[in-house]
Amino acid sequence: MKLLTHNMLTSHVKGVTKGYPLLIKATEVKMNEVEFNPQFVSRMIPKLEWSALVQAAEELGQRQDLPGELVSDYEKNEDFLKKVHRVLLEVEVIEGCLQCPESGREFPISRGIPNMLLNEDEV
Amino acid sequence: MATTTGRSCLQYLLHLAQDHLDFRLPEIKALLALRGKPFQPSENFKEKTPFWCLDGLSEEDVRSIMARSVCTKSAFELWGHGQTHSELRTSLLKYPSENMSPFMHKDSTYRINVYTYNKTLVFPDRIKRIDALEYLPFEGTVSLKSPQHIFCLLEDYGTDPNNIPEQPFYVYFGRWIADGQRELIRSHSVKNRHFIGNTSMDAALSFIMANHAKVKENDVVFDPFVGTGSLLVACSQFKAYVCGTDIDYNIIHGKGRSSRKNQKWRGPDENIRANLRQYGTEKMYLDVMLSDASKPVWRDAALFDVIITDPPYGIRESTRKTGSHKDITKPSDGIYVDSHVPVSQAYHLSDIFTDLLNFSAHHLVMGGRLVYWLPIYRPEYCEEMVPLHPCLQLISNCEQTLSSHTSRRLITMEKIKEPEELDSLSHQADPRFSPYQGHNAFREKYFSGLNKRGGGKEDNKSDINGE
Repeated sequence: MKLLTHNMLTSHVKGVTKGYPLLIKATEVKMNEVEFNPQFVSRMIPKLEWSALVQAAEELGQRQDLPGELVSDYEKNEDFLKKVHRVLLEVEVIEGCLQCPESGREFPISRGIPNMLLNEDEV
Repeated sequence: MATTTGRSCLQYLLHLAQDHLDFRLPEIKALLALRGKPFQPSENFKEKTPFWCLDGLSEEDVRSIMARSVCTKSAFELWGHGQTHSELRTSLLKYPSENMSPFMHKDSTYRINVYTYNKTLVFPDRIKRIDALEYLPFEGTVSLKSPQHIFCLLEDYGTDPNNIPEQPFYVYFGRWIADGQRELIRSHSVKNRHFIGNTSMDAALSFIMANHAKVKENDVVFDPFVGTGSLLVACSQFKAYVCGTDIDYNIIHGKGRSSRKNQKWRGPDENIRANLRQYGTEKMYLDVMLSDASKPVWRDAALFDVIITDPPYGIRESTRKTGSHKDITKPSDGIYVDSHVPVSQAYHLSDIFTDLLNFSAHHLVMGGRLVYWLPIYRPEYCEEMVPLHPCLQLISNCEQTLSSHTSRRLITMEKIKEPEELDSLSHQADPRFSPYQGHNAFREKYFSGLNKRGGGKEDNKSDINGE
Protein backbone atom coordinates (compact mmCIF):
# COMPACT_ATOMS: atom_id res chain seq x y z
CA MET A 1 0.00 0.00 0.00
CA LYS A 2 1.27 3.38 -1.02
CA LEU A 3 0.69 6.46 1.11
CA LEU A 4 -1.27 8.11 -1.71
CA THR A 5 -3.83 5.33 -1.30
CA HIS A 6 -3.72 5.64 2.49
CA ASN A 7 -4.45 9.36 2.14
CA MET A 8 -7.70 8.56 0.32
CA LEU A 9 -8.91 5.81 2.68
CA THR A 10 -11.21 6.18 5.66
CA SER A 11 -12.71 3.78 8.16
CA HIS A 12 -16.16 2.57 7.20
CA VAL A 13 -16.92 0.65 10.39
CA LYS A 14 -20.59 1.07 11.29
CA GLY A 15 -21.27 3.94 13.65
CA VAL A 16 -17.82 5.52 13.34
CA THR A 17 -18.00 9.28 12.81
CA LYS A 18 -14.31 10.18 12.82
CA GLY A 19 -12.56 7.41 10.95
CA TYR A 20 -9.84 9.48 9.30
CA PRO A 21 -6.96 9.12 8.97
CA LEU A 22 -6.39 5.43 9.55
CA LEU A 23 -3.41 4.71 11.79
CA ILE A 24 -0.67 2.61 10.21
CA LYS A 25 1.05 -0.17 12.13
CA ALA A 26 3.68 -1.56 9.83
CA THR A 27 5.91 -4.55 10.34
CA GLU A 28 7.49 -4.37 6.89
CA VAL A 29 7.99 -1.25 4.76
CA LYS A 30 9.71 -1.21 1.40
CA MET A 31 11.05 1.54 -0.83
CA ASN A 32 10.02 0.92 -4.42
CA GLU A 33 11.52 3.26 -6.98
CA VAL A 34 8.91 4.90 -9.23
CA GLU A 35 9.61 7.24 -12.13
CA PHE A 36 9.31 10.87 -10.96
CA ASN A 37 6.47 12.72 -12.66
CA PRO A 38 6.34 16.34 -11.43
CA GLN A 39 3.07 17.09 -13.26
CA PHE A 40 1.29 14.25 -11.53
CA VAL A 41 2.61 15.13 -8.08
CA SER A 42 1.63 18.80 -8.58
CA ARG A 43 -1.80 17.67 -9.67
CA MET A 44 -2.30 15.45 -6.63
CA ILE A 45 -1.11 17.89 -3.94
CA PRO A 46 -4.34 19.94 -3.78
CA LYS A 47 -6.31 16.70 -3.39
CA LEU A 48 -4.25 15.52 -0.42
CA GLU A 49 -5.00 15.80 3.27
CA TRP A 50 -1.54 17.15 3.97
CA SER A 51 -1.46 16.59 7.72
CA ALA A 52 -2.58 12.97 7.23
CA LEU A 53 0.28 12.43 4.77
CA VAL A 54 2.84 13.89 7.16
CA GLN A 55 1.45 11.81 10.03
CA ALA A 56 1.54 8.62 7.94
CA ALA A 57 5.13 9.25 6.84
CA GLU A 58 6.05 9.93 10.46
CA GLU A 59 4.45 6.67 11.63
CA LEU A 60 6.58 4.74 9.15
CA GLY A 61 9.76 6.62 10.04
CA GLN A 62 9.88 7.94 6.48
CA ARG A 63 9.09 11.62 7.05
CA GLN A 64 12.71 12.83 6.66
CA ASP A 65 12.44 16.61 6.12
CA LEU A 66 8.91 16.72 4.73
CA PRO A 67 7.53 20.06 6.03
CA GLY A 68 4.51 20.12 8.35
CA GLU A 69 2.86 22.77 6.22
CA LEU A 70 2.37 22.67 2.48
CA VAL A 71 4.84 25.11 0.84
CA SER A 72 3.52 27.76 -1.51
CA ASP A 73 4.44 27.73 -5.20
CA TYR A 74 5.14 24.03 -5.03
CA GLU A 75 4.69 23.52 -8.79
CA LYS A 76 8.07 25.14 -9.42
CA ASN A 77 9.81 23.59 -6.44
CA GLU A 78 11.25 20.40 -7.87
CA ASP A 79 13.11 19.54 -4.69
CA PHE A 80 9.84 19.66 -2.74
CA LEU A 81 7.91 17.73 -5.40
CA LYS A 82 10.53 14.97 -5.26
CA LYS A 83 10.06 14.65 -1.51
CA VAL A 84 6.29 14.39 -1.94
CA HIS A 85 6.75 11.92 -4.79
CA ARG A 86 8.89 9.69 -2.60
CA VAL A 87 6.38 9.65 0.24
CA LEU A 88 3.30 9.31 -1.99
CA LEU A 89 4.44 6.66 -4.44
CA GLU A 90 7.70 5.03 -3.34
CA VAL A 91 7.12 4.16 0.32
CA GLU A 92 5.08 0.96 0.44
CA VAL A 93 3.67 -0.85 3.44
CA ILE A 94 4.08 -4.56 2.75
CA GLU A 95 2.97 -6.13 6.06
CA GLY A 96 1.08 -4.65 8.96
CA CYS A 97 -2.34 -3.19 9.46
CA LEU A 98 -4.48 -0.08 9.27
CA GLN A 99 -6.37 0.86 12.41
CA CYS A 100 -9.61 2.79 12.68
CA PRO A 101 -8.84 5.72 15.02
CA GLU A 102 -12.25 5.57 16.66
CA SER A 103 -13.28 1.92 16.94
CA GLY A 104 -9.81 0.42 17.03
CA ARG A 105 -10.78 -2.08 14.31
CA GLU A 106 -7.70 -3.30 12.49
CA PHE A 107 -7.54 -3.98 8.75
CA PRO A 108 -4.65 -6.29 7.87
CA ILE A 109 -2.17 -5.51 5.10
CA SER A 110 -0.50 -8.56 3.62
CA ARG A 111 1.84 -8.75 0.61
CA GLY A 112 1.22 -5.02 0.20
CA ILE A 113 -2.55 -5.39 -0.14
CA PRO A 114 -4.95 -3.98 2.49
CA ASN A 115 -7.97 -6.08 3.37
CA MET A 116 -10.78 -3.61 4.04
CA LEU A 117 -13.56 -6.20 4.27
CA LEU A 118 -15.73 -5.97 7.35
CA ASN A 119 -17.14 -8.98 9.16
CA GLU A 120 -20.80 -9.82 8.97
CA ASP A 121 -21.60 -8.31 12.36
CA GLU A 122 -19.88 -5.01 11.55
CA VAL A 123 -21.89 -3.91 8.53
CA MET B 1 7.18 18.29 -42.48
CA ALA B 2 5.18 20.87 -44.30
CA THR B 3 3.63 23.77 -42.49
CA THR B 4 -0.01 23.32 -41.61
CA THR B 5 -0.84 26.96 -40.98
CA GLY B 6 -3.29 28.52 -43.37
CA ARG B 7 -4.58 25.11 -44.36
CA SER B 8 -7.22 24.87 -41.71
CA CYS B 9 -10.24 24.17 -43.88
CA LEU B 10 -8.92 20.78 -44.95
CA GLN B 11 -11.02 17.67 -44.80
CA TYR B 12 -9.82 14.47 -43.24
CA LEU B 13 -10.84 10.94 -44.10
CA LEU B 14 -10.98 8.27 -41.42
CA HIS B 15 -10.87 4.64 -42.42
CA LEU B 16 -12.58 2.68 -39.65
CA ALA B 17 -12.48 -1.00 -38.84
CA GLN B 18 -15.82 -2.70 -39.51
CA ASP B 19 -16.22 -4.23 -36.09
CA HIS B 20 -17.61 -2.84 -32.82
CA LEU B 21 -19.70 -0.57 -35.07
CA ASP B 22 -21.75 0.83 -32.21
CA PHE B 23 -18.66 1.88 -30.28
CA ARG B 24 -16.90 3.89 -32.98
CA LEU B 25 -18.76 7.18 -32.93
CA PRO B 26 -18.57 7.62 -29.13
CA GLU B 27 -14.87 6.78 -29.30
CA ILE B 28 -14.11 9.40 -31.95
CA LYS B 29 -16.33 11.96 -30.20
CA ALA B 30 -14.59 11.36 -26.86
CA LEU B 31 -11.14 11.67 -28.42
CA LEU B 32 -12.20 14.88 -30.18
CA ALA B 33 -13.57 16.18 -26.87
CA LEU B 34 -10.15 15.61 -25.33
CA ARG B 35 -8.86 18.12 -27.91
CA GLY B 36 -11.81 20.43 -27.30
CA LYS B 37 -13.06 19.81 -30.84
CA PRO B 38 -16.63 19.07 -31.94
CA PHE B 39 -17.54 16.18 -34.23
CA GLN B 40 -18.30 17.72 -37.63
CA PRO B 41 -18.99 15.12 -40.29
CA SER B 42 -19.27 16.16 -43.93
CA GLU B 43 -22.63 15.84 -45.62
CA ASN B 44 -23.90 12.34 -46.41
CA PHE B 45 -22.31 10.98 -43.25
CA LYS B 46 -23.28 7.36 -42.65
CA GLU B 47 -22.21 5.98 -39.29
CA LYS B 48 -22.02 2.30 -40.21
CA THR B 49 -19.73 2.72 -43.25
CA PRO B 50 -15.95 2.28 -43.10
CA PHE B 51 -15.16 5.80 -44.38
CA TRP B 52 -15.93 9.04 -42.56
CA CYS B 53 -15.07 12.56 -43.77
CA LEU B 54 -14.55 15.10 -41.00
CA ASP B 55 -14.41 18.89 -41.12
CA GLY B 56 -13.01 21.52 -38.79
CA LEU B 57 -9.86 19.67 -37.73
CA SER B 58 -6.14 20.29 -37.93
CA GLU B 59 -3.52 17.69 -38.77
CA GLU B 60 -2.47 17.78 -35.10
CA ASP B 61 -6.03 16.95 -34.02
CA VAL B 62 -6.09 14.01 -36.40
CA ARG B 63 -2.71 12.75 -35.19
CA SER B 64 -3.80 12.89 -31.58
CA ILE B 65 -6.98 10.94 -32.34
CA MET B 66 -4.99 8.33 -34.21
CA ALA B 67 -2.58 8.02 -31.28
CA ARG B 68 -5.54 6.70 -29.27
CA SER B 69 -8.24 5.23 -31.51
CA VAL B 70 -8.56 1.45 -31.64
CA CYS B 71 -11.61 1.69 -33.93
CA THR B 72 -9.77 3.55 -36.70
CA LYS B 73 -7.32 1.93 -39.08
CA SER B 74 -5.86 5.02 -40.77
CA ALA B 75 -6.44 8.71 -41.37
CA PHE B 76 -5.84 10.71 -44.55
CA GLU B 77 -5.84 14.33 -45.62
CA LEU B 78 -8.59 14.16 -48.22
CA TRP B 79 -7.60 15.63 -51.60
CA GLY B 80 -10.49 14.45 -53.72
CA HIS B 81 -13.47 12.12 -53.80
CA GLY B 82 -16.43 11.13 -55.94
CA GLN B 83 -18.84 8.41 -56.94
CA THR B 84 -16.76 7.50 -60.00
CA HIS B 85 -13.13 7.81 -61.02
CA SER B 86 -14.05 10.65 -63.35
CA GLU B 87 -15.74 12.53 -60.50
CA LEU B 88 -12.62 11.90 -58.44
CA ARG B 89 -10.52 13.38 -61.24
CA THR B 90 -12.67 16.53 -61.38
CA SER B 91 -12.51 16.84 -57.62
CA LEU B 92 -8.73 16.35 -57.50
CA LEU B 93 -8.10 18.86 -60.26
CA LYS B 94 -10.06 21.41 -58.23
CA TYR B 95 -7.96 20.79 -55.12
CA PRO B 96 -5.71 23.85 -54.53
CA SER B 97 -2.26 23.16 -55.94
CA GLU B 98 -0.61 25.05 -53.06
CA ASN B 99 -2.02 22.35 -50.76
CA MET B 100 -0.51 19.62 -52.91
CA SER B 101 2.84 21.05 -53.95
CA PRO B 102 4.64 20.74 -50.56
CA PHE B 103 4.27 16.97 -50.90
CA MET B 104 4.97 16.62 -54.63
CA HIS B 105 8.05 18.66 -55.38
CA LYS B 106 10.89 17.09 -57.26
CA ASP B 107 13.15 16.37 -54.29
CA SER B 108 10.46 14.37 -52.52
CA THR B 109 9.91 10.63 -52.51
CA TYR B 110 6.49 9.05 -52.46
CA ARG B 111 4.40 5.95 -52.88
CA ILE B 112 0.77 5.41 -53.84
CA ASN B 113 -1.25 2.65 -52.20
CA VAL B 114 -4.51 1.28 -53.50
CA TYR B 115 -6.99 0.13 -50.88
CA THR B 116 -10.29 -1.52 -51.69
CA TYR B 117 -13.02 -2.22 -49.19
CA ASN B 118 -15.17 -5.35 -49.82
CA LYS B 119 -13.26 -6.32 -52.97
CA THR B 120 -9.82 -7.66 -53.79
CA LEU B 121 -8.04 -6.28 -56.83
CA VAL B 122 -5.41 -8.27 -58.68
CA PHE B 123 -2.00 -6.66 -58.98
CA PRO B 124 -2.30 -5.47 -62.62
CA ASP B 125 -5.59 -3.76 -61.77
CA ARG B 126 -3.91 -1.92 -58.90
CA ILE B 127 -1.18 -0.71 -61.23
CA LYS B 128 -3.85 0.45 -63.68
CA ARG B 129 -5.52 2.47 -60.92
CA ILE B 130 -2.24 4.15 -60.06
CA ASP B 131 -1.39 4.84 -63.71
CA ALA B 132 -4.80 6.44 -64.15
CA LEU B 133 -3.76 9.13 -61.65
CA GLU B 134 -1.16 10.51 -64.08
CA TYR B 135 -3.08 13.80 -64.22
CA LEU B 136 -1.75 14.57 -60.72
CA PRO B 137 1.44 16.68 -60.82
CA PHE B 138 3.79 14.26 -59.05
CA GLU B 139 7.36 15.48 -59.56
CA GLY B 140 9.13 13.44 -56.92
CA THR B 141 10.62 9.98 -57.12
CA VAL B 142 8.77 6.80 -56.30
CA SER B 143 10.15 4.98 -53.28
CA LEU B 144 8.31 1.85 -52.27
CA LYS B 145 10.42 1.14 -49.20
CA SER B 146 10.84 4.45 -47.39
CA PRO B 147 8.84 7.21 -49.02
CA GLN B 148 8.52 10.64 -47.38
CA HIS B 149 4.89 10.80 -48.34
CA ILE B 150 2.32 8.07 -48.79
CA PHE B 151 -0.81 8.63 -50.85
CA CYS B 152 -3.76 6.35 -50.98
CA LEU B 153 -6.55 5.66 -53.42
CA LEU B 154 -9.45 4.13 -51.52
CA GLU B 155 -12.37 2.39 -53.19
CA ASP B 156 -15.55 1.54 -51.31
CA TYR B 157 -17.53 -1.42 -52.70
CA GLY B 158 -20.20 -1.28 -49.99
CA THR B 159 -20.68 -3.51 -46.99
CA ASP B 160 -22.52 -6.47 -48.51
CA PRO B 161 -20.06 -9.31 -49.20
CA ASN B 162 -22.71 -11.23 -51.16
CA ASN B 163 -23.38 -8.42 -53.55
CA ILE B 164 -20.12 -6.83 -54.65
CA PRO B 165 -20.60 -4.34 -57.46
CA GLU B 166 -18.37 -4.15 -60.55
CA GLN B 167 -17.61 -0.46 -59.96
CA PRO B 168 -17.03 1.06 -56.52
CA PHE B 169 -19.79 3.07 -54.86
CA TYR B 170 -17.33 5.74 -53.88
CA VAL B 171 -13.64 6.59 -54.34
CA TYR B 172 -11.29 8.75 -52.28
CA PHE B 173 -7.76 10.01 -52.75
CA GLY B 174 -5.67 11.50 -49.96
CA ARG B 175 -2.37 11.84 -48.23
CA TRP B 176 -1.79 9.34 -45.44
CA ILE B 177 -1.44 11.01 -42.03
CA ALA B 178 -1.27 8.25 -39.44
CA ASP B 179 -2.48 4.79 -38.49
CA GLY B 180 -4.74 4.13 -35.51
CA GLN B 181 -3.92 1.81 -32.62
CA ARG B 182 -5.27 -1.48 -33.96
CA GLU B 183 -1.87 -2.94 -33.09
CA LEU B 184 -2.73 -2.61 -29.36
CA ILE B 185 -5.45 -5.23 -29.82
CA ARG B 186 -2.83 -7.77 -30.85
CA SER B 187 -0.04 -6.70 -28.50
CA HIS B 188 -2.39 -6.69 -25.49
CA SER B 189 -4.27 -9.86 -26.36
CA VAL B 190 -5.56 -11.63 -23.27
CA LYS B 191 -4.11 -14.84 -24.74
CA ASN B 192 -0.61 -13.68 -23.97
CA ARG B 193 -1.37 -11.87 -20.74
CA HIS B 194 0.38 -12.98 -17.58
CA PHE B 195 -2.63 -12.96 -15.23
CA ILE B 196 -6.18 -13.59 -16.43
CA GLY B 197 -9.50 -14.75 -15.05
CA ASN B 198 -12.74 -16.14 -16.43
CA THR B 199 -14.12 -12.70 -17.16
CA SER B 200 -11.05 -10.74 -18.28
CA MET B 201 -12.18 -8.03 -20.71
CA ASP B 202 -10.80 -8.45 -24.20
CA ALA B 203 -8.16 -5.98 -25.29
CA ALA B 204 -10.14 -4.13 -27.97
CA LEU B 205 -13.08 -3.43 -25.66
CA SER B 206 -10.79 -2.43 -22.80
CA PHE B 207 -9.15 0.23 -24.95
CA ILE B 208 -12.50 1.34 -26.33
CA MET B 209 -13.75 1.75 -22.76
CA ALA B 210 -10.67 3.79 -21.81
CA ASN B 211 -11.32 6.03 -24.82
CA HIS B 212 -15.02 6.45 -24.05
CA ALA B 213 -13.93 7.39 -20.53
CA LYS B 214 -11.66 10.14 -21.92
CA VAL B 215 -8.76 8.81 -19.88
CA LYS B 216 -5.84 11.19 -20.15
CA GLU B 217 -2.27 11.55 -18.95
CA ASN B 218 -1.91 11.85 -15.14
CA ASP B 219 -5.52 10.95 -14.43
CA VAL B 220 -6.40 8.78 -11.44
CA VAL B 221 -8.61 5.90 -12.59
CA PHE B 222 -10.55 3.58 -10.28
CA ASP B 223 -12.20 0.21 -10.98
CA PRO B 224 -14.45 -0.96 -8.10
CA PHE B 225 -14.81 -4.49 -9.56
CA VAL B 226 -11.23 -4.78 -10.75
CA GLY B 227 -10.95 -8.55 -11.28
CA THR B 228 -7.71 -9.26 -13.12
CA GLY B 229 -7.28 -5.58 -14.01
CA SER B 230 -7.87 -5.64 -17.79
CA LEU B 231 -9.37 -2.16 -17.73
CA LEU B 232 -6.49 -0.83 -15.65
CA VAL B 233 -4.04 -2.29 -18.16
CA ALA B 234 -5.73 -0.28 -20.93
CA CYS B 235 -5.94 2.94 -18.90
CA SER B 236 -2.31 2.70 -17.82
CA GLN B 237 -1.34 2.43 -21.48
CA PHE B 238 -2.84 5.90 -21.90
CA LYS B 239 -0.67 7.17 -19.02
CA ALA B 240 -3.26 7.25 -16.25
CA TYR B 241 -2.48 6.15 -12.70
CA VAL B 242 -4.70 3.23 -11.77
CA CYS B 243 -6.20 1.55 -8.71
CA GLY B 244 -8.92 -0.97 -8.06
CA THR B 245 -10.75 -3.06 -5.51
CA ASP B 246 -12.42 -6.45 -5.54
CA ILE B 247 -14.23 -8.57 -2.98
CA ASP B 248 -12.49 -11.76 -4.16
CA TYR B 249 -9.41 -12.61 -2.10
CA ASN B 250 -8.08 -15.08 -4.67
CA ILE B 251 -8.28 -12.59 -7.52
CA ILE B 252 -6.67 -9.73 -5.63
CA HIS B 253 -3.84 -11.93 -4.35
CA GLY B 254 -3.54 -13.89 -7.60
CA LYS B 255 -4.18 -17.24 -5.94
CA GLY B 256 -6.42 -20.18 -6.60
CA ARG B 257 -7.32 -22.03 -9.75
CA SER B 258 -5.97 -20.82 -13.04
CA SER B 259 -8.35 -19.77 -15.82
CA ARG B 260 -5.94 -21.16 -18.38
CA LYS B 261 -6.32 -24.45 -20.12
CA ASN B 262 -3.62 -26.94 -19.14
CA GLN B 263 -2.79 -25.08 -15.96
CA LYS B 264 -4.38 -25.99 -12.68
CA TRP B 265 -3.19 -23.29 -10.25
CA ARG B 266 -2.12 -19.69 -10.64
CA GLY B 267 1.61 -19.10 -10.45
CA PRO B 268 3.32 -17.12 -7.67
CA ASP B 269 3.47 -13.81 -9.55
CA GLU B 270 0.09 -13.76 -11.29
CA ASN B 271 -1.44 -10.46 -10.22
CA ILE B 272 -2.51 -7.09 -11.58
CA ARG B 273 0.80 -5.43 -10.88
CA ALA B 274 2.58 -8.09 -12.93
CA ASN B 275 0.16 -7.44 -15.80
CA LEU B 276 1.11 -3.77 -15.85
CA ARG B 277 4.77 -4.73 -15.65
CA GLN B 278 4.32 -6.97 -18.68
CA TYR B 279 3.28 -3.95 -20.75
CA GLY B 280 5.85 -1.56 -19.23
CA THR B 281 3.35 0.51 -17.24
CA GLU B 282 4.06 -0.61 -13.68
CA LYS B 283 4.96 2.99 -12.84
CA MET B 284 1.25 3.82 -13.29
CA TYR B 285 0.21 1.26 -10.65
CA LEU B 286 -1.14 2.75 -7.44
CA ASP B 287 -2.80 -0.03 -5.44
CA VAL B 288 -5.38 -2.75 -5.37
CA MET B 289 -7.32 -3.64 -2.26
CA LEU B 290 -9.77 -6.17 -0.96
CA SER B 291 -12.93 -4.23 -0.48
CA ASP B 292 -16.65 -4.47 -0.95
CA ALA B 293 -18.01 -2.10 -3.60
CA SER B 294 -21.21 -1.74 -1.58
CA LYS B 295 -19.25 -0.39 1.42
CA PRO B 296 -16.78 2.10 -0.02
CA VAL B 297 -13.65 2.86 1.93
CA TRP B 298 -12.77 6.19 0.28
CA ARG B 299 -12.97 9.51 2.07
CA ASP B 300 -15.65 11.85 0.87
CA ALA B 301 -13.93 13.84 -1.89
CA ALA B 302 -13.69 13.99 -5.68
CA LEU B 303 -10.71 11.62 -5.82
CA PHE B 304 -11.07 10.05 -9.26
CA ASP B 305 -10.96 11.40 -12.81
CA VAL B 306 -12.46 8.23 -14.22
CA ILE B 307 -14.42 5.29 -12.81
CA ILE B 308 -14.40 2.40 -15.24
CA THR B 309 -15.72 -1.05 -14.50
CA ASP B 310 -17.32 -4.30 -15.57
CA PRO B 311 -19.63 -5.18 -12.66
CA PRO B 312 -20.44 -8.85 -12.00
CA TYR B 313 -23.89 -9.82 -13.30
CA GLY B 314 -23.98 -13.20 -11.63
CA ILE B 315 -23.45 -15.06 -14.91
CA ARG B 316 -19.83 -16.07 -14.88
CA GLU B 317 -18.88 -14.43 -11.57
CA SER B 318 -21.22 -14.27 -8.61
CA THR B 319 -22.52 -10.97 -7.30
CA ARG B 320 -21.91 -10.61 -3.60
CA LYS B 321 -21.30 -8.22 -0.81
CA THR B 322 -20.38 -8.69 2.83
CA GLY B 323 -22.97 -9.05 5.56
CA SER B 324 -25.39 -11.78 6.40
CA HIS B 325 -29.01 -12.42 7.22
CA LYS B 326 -28.04 -15.42 9.26
CA ASP B 327 -27.21 -15.40 12.95
CA ILE B 328 -23.51 -15.79 13.03
CA THR B 329 -22.00 -17.04 16.20
CA LYS B 330 -19.08 -14.84 16.99
CA PRO B 331 -16.10 -16.46 18.73
CA SER B 332 -16.34 -16.01 22.49
CA ASP B 333 -13.31 -13.74 22.66
CA GLY B 334 -14.82 -11.55 19.96
CA ILE B 335 -11.85 -11.98 17.63
CA TYR B 336 -12.02 -13.77 14.33
CA VAL B 337 -9.00 -15.80 13.35
CA ASP B 338 -6.92 -14.42 10.47
CA SER B 339 -8.29 -16.93 8.02
CA HIS B 340 -11.89 -15.87 8.71
CA VAL B 341 -13.72 -15.09 5.51
CA PRO B 342 -16.71 -12.80 6.03
CA VAL B 343 -19.95 -14.37 4.91
CA SER B 344 -21.12 -12.72 1.77
CA GLN B 345 -24.70 -12.18 0.78
CA ALA B 346 -26.35 -11.64 -2.55
CA TYR B 347 -25.77 -8.23 -4.11
CA HIS B 348 -28.80 -7.33 -6.19
CA LEU B 349 -28.00 -5.99 -9.63
CA SER B 350 -30.27 -3.00 -9.03
CA ASP B 351 -28.25 -2.18 -5.91
CA ILE B 352 -24.98 -2.57 -7.80
CA PHE B 353 -26.06 0.11 -10.26
CA THR B 354 -27.58 2.42 -7.62
CA ASP B 355 -24.39 2.16 -5.57
CA LEU B 356 -22.16 2.65 -8.60
CA LEU B 357 -23.97 5.79 -9.77
CA ASN B 358 -24.12 7.26 -6.27
CA PHE B 359 -20.48 6.47 -5.66
CA SER B 360 -19.51 8.08 -8.98
CA ALA B 361 -21.56 11.21 -8.24
CA HIS B 362 -19.61 11.65 -5.00
CA HIS B 363 -16.13 10.58 -5.99
CA LEU B 364 -15.68 11.74 -9.59
CA VAL B 365 -14.16 15.14 -10.32
CA MET B 366 -16.48 17.52 -12.16
CA GLY B 367 -16.51 16.50 -15.80
CA GLY B 368 -15.10 13.07 -14.91
CA ARG B 369 -16.61 10.01 -16.56
CA LEU B 370 -18.14 6.76 -15.42
CA VAL B 371 -18.00 3.91 -17.95
CA TYR B 372 -19.59 0.55 -17.16
CA TRP B 373 -21.47 -2.42 -18.67
CA LEU B 374 -25.18 -2.90 -18.18
CA PRO B 375 -26.55 -6.41 -18.86
CA ILE B 376 -29.66 -6.48 -21.01
CA TYR B 377 -32.43 -8.98 -21.58
CA ARG B 378 -33.14 -7.89 -25.14
CA PRO B 379 -36.87 -8.64 -25.49
CA GLU B 380 -37.56 -6.24 -22.61
CA TYR B 381 -34.98 -3.57 -23.27
CA CYS B 382 -36.01 0.02 -23.71
CA GLU B 383 -33.89 3.12 -23.31
CA GLU B 384 -35.67 4.10 -20.10
CA MET B 385 -34.09 1.11 -18.39
CA VAL B 386 -30.68 2.74 -18.35
CA PRO B 387 -30.18 4.01 -14.78
CA LEU B 388 -29.93 7.78 -14.45
CA HIS B 389 -28.62 10.06 -11.75
CA PRO B 390 -29.25 13.81 -11.36
CA CYS B 391 -25.49 14.47 -11.17
CA LEU B 392 -24.52 12.31 -14.15
CA GLN B 393 -25.30 13.01 -17.77
CA LEU B 394 -25.66 10.09 -20.17
CA ILE B 395 -23.06 10.46 -22.94
CA SER B 396 -23.32 7.23 -24.88
CA ASN B 397 -24.97 3.82 -24.80
CA CYS B 398 -23.55 1.12 -27.11
CA GLU B 399 -24.78 -2.42 -27.50
CA GLN B 400 -22.68 -5.54 -27.73
CA THR B 401 -24.88 -8.50 -28.60
CA LEU B 402 -24.12 -11.66 -26.64
CA SER B 403 -26.90 -13.99 -27.81
CA SER B 404 -30.30 -13.80 -29.47
CA HIS B 405 -31.88 -12.62 -26.23
CA THR B 406 -29.04 -11.07 -24.25
CA SER B 407 -26.58 -8.29 -24.73
CA ARG B 408 -24.64 -5.84 -22.68
CA ARG B 409 -24.54 -2.10 -23.12
CA LEU B 410 -21.54 0.08 -22.53
CA ILE B 411 -22.85 3.11 -20.65
CA THR B 412 -20.82 6.32 -20.45
CA MET B 413 -21.85 9.12 -18.10
CA GLU B 414 -20.24 12.43 -17.19
CA LYS B 415 -20.49 14.25 -13.87
CA ILE B 416 -22.24 17.58 -14.37
CA LYS B 417 -23.02 18.67 -10.81
CA GLU B 418 -22.02 18.09 -7.21
CA PRO B 419 -24.47 15.86 -5.32
CA GLU B 420 -26.82 17.36 -2.77
CA GLU B 421 -28.50 15.37 -0.04
CA LEU B 422 -31.68 14.78 -1.99
CA ASP B 423 -29.89 13.55 -5.09
CA SER B 424 -28.84 10.23 -3.64
CA LEU B 425 -32.39 9.30 -2.71
CA SER B 426 -34.34 10.67 -5.61
CA HIS B 427 -34.27 7.56 -7.74
CA GLN B 428 -34.43 4.84 -5.09
CA ALA B 429 -37.90 3.80 -6.16
CA ASP B 430 -37.13 4.31 -9.80
CA PRO B 431 -38.97 1.71 -11.89
CA ARG B 432 -36.04 1.50 -14.28
CA PHE B 433 -34.24 -0.63 -11.73
CA SER B 434 -37.00 -3.19 -11.50
CA PRO B 435 -35.55 -5.57 -14.12
CA TYR B 436 -32.47 -5.86 -11.93
CA GLN B 437 -34.24 -6.34 -8.60
CA GLY B 438 -34.15 -9.68 -6.88
CA HIS B 439 -30.85 -11.50 -6.66
CA ASN B 440 -31.19 -13.85 -9.57
CA ALA B 441 -33.80 -12.06 -11.67
CA PHE B 442 -31.42 -11.21 -14.48
CA ARG B 443 -29.61 -14.49 -14.26
CA GLU B 444 -32.86 -16.41 -14.62
CA LYS B 445 -33.81 -14.47 -17.73
CA TYR B 446 -30.33 -14.85 -19.13
CA PHE B 447 -30.49 -18.61 -18.95
CA SER B 448 -34.16 -18.89 -19.80
CA GLY B 449 -33.67 -18.36 -23.50
CA LEU B 450 -36.39 -16.94 -25.69
CA ASN B 451 -38.53 -20.04 -26.19
CA LYS B 452 -39.07 -21.00 -22.60
CA ARG B 453 -40.55 -17.65 -21.82
CA GLY B 454 -43.88 -16.44 -23.01
CA GLY B 455 -47.37 -16.18 -21.61
CA GLY B 456 -47.76 -15.07 -18.05
CA LYS B 457 -44.67 -12.91 -17.98
CA GLU B 458 -46.21 -9.97 -19.73
CA ASP B 459 -47.36 -8.17 -16.58
CA ASN B 460 -43.72 -8.10 -15.60
CA LYS B 461 -43.05 -6.01 -18.66
CA SER B 462 -45.52 -3.27 -17.84
CA ASP B 463 -43.80 -2.88 -14.46
CA ILE B 464 -40.58 -2.08 -16.21
CA ASN B 465 -42.19 0.64 -18.21
CA GLY B 466 -43.32 2.15 -14.96
CA GLU B 467 -47.00 1.88 -15.64
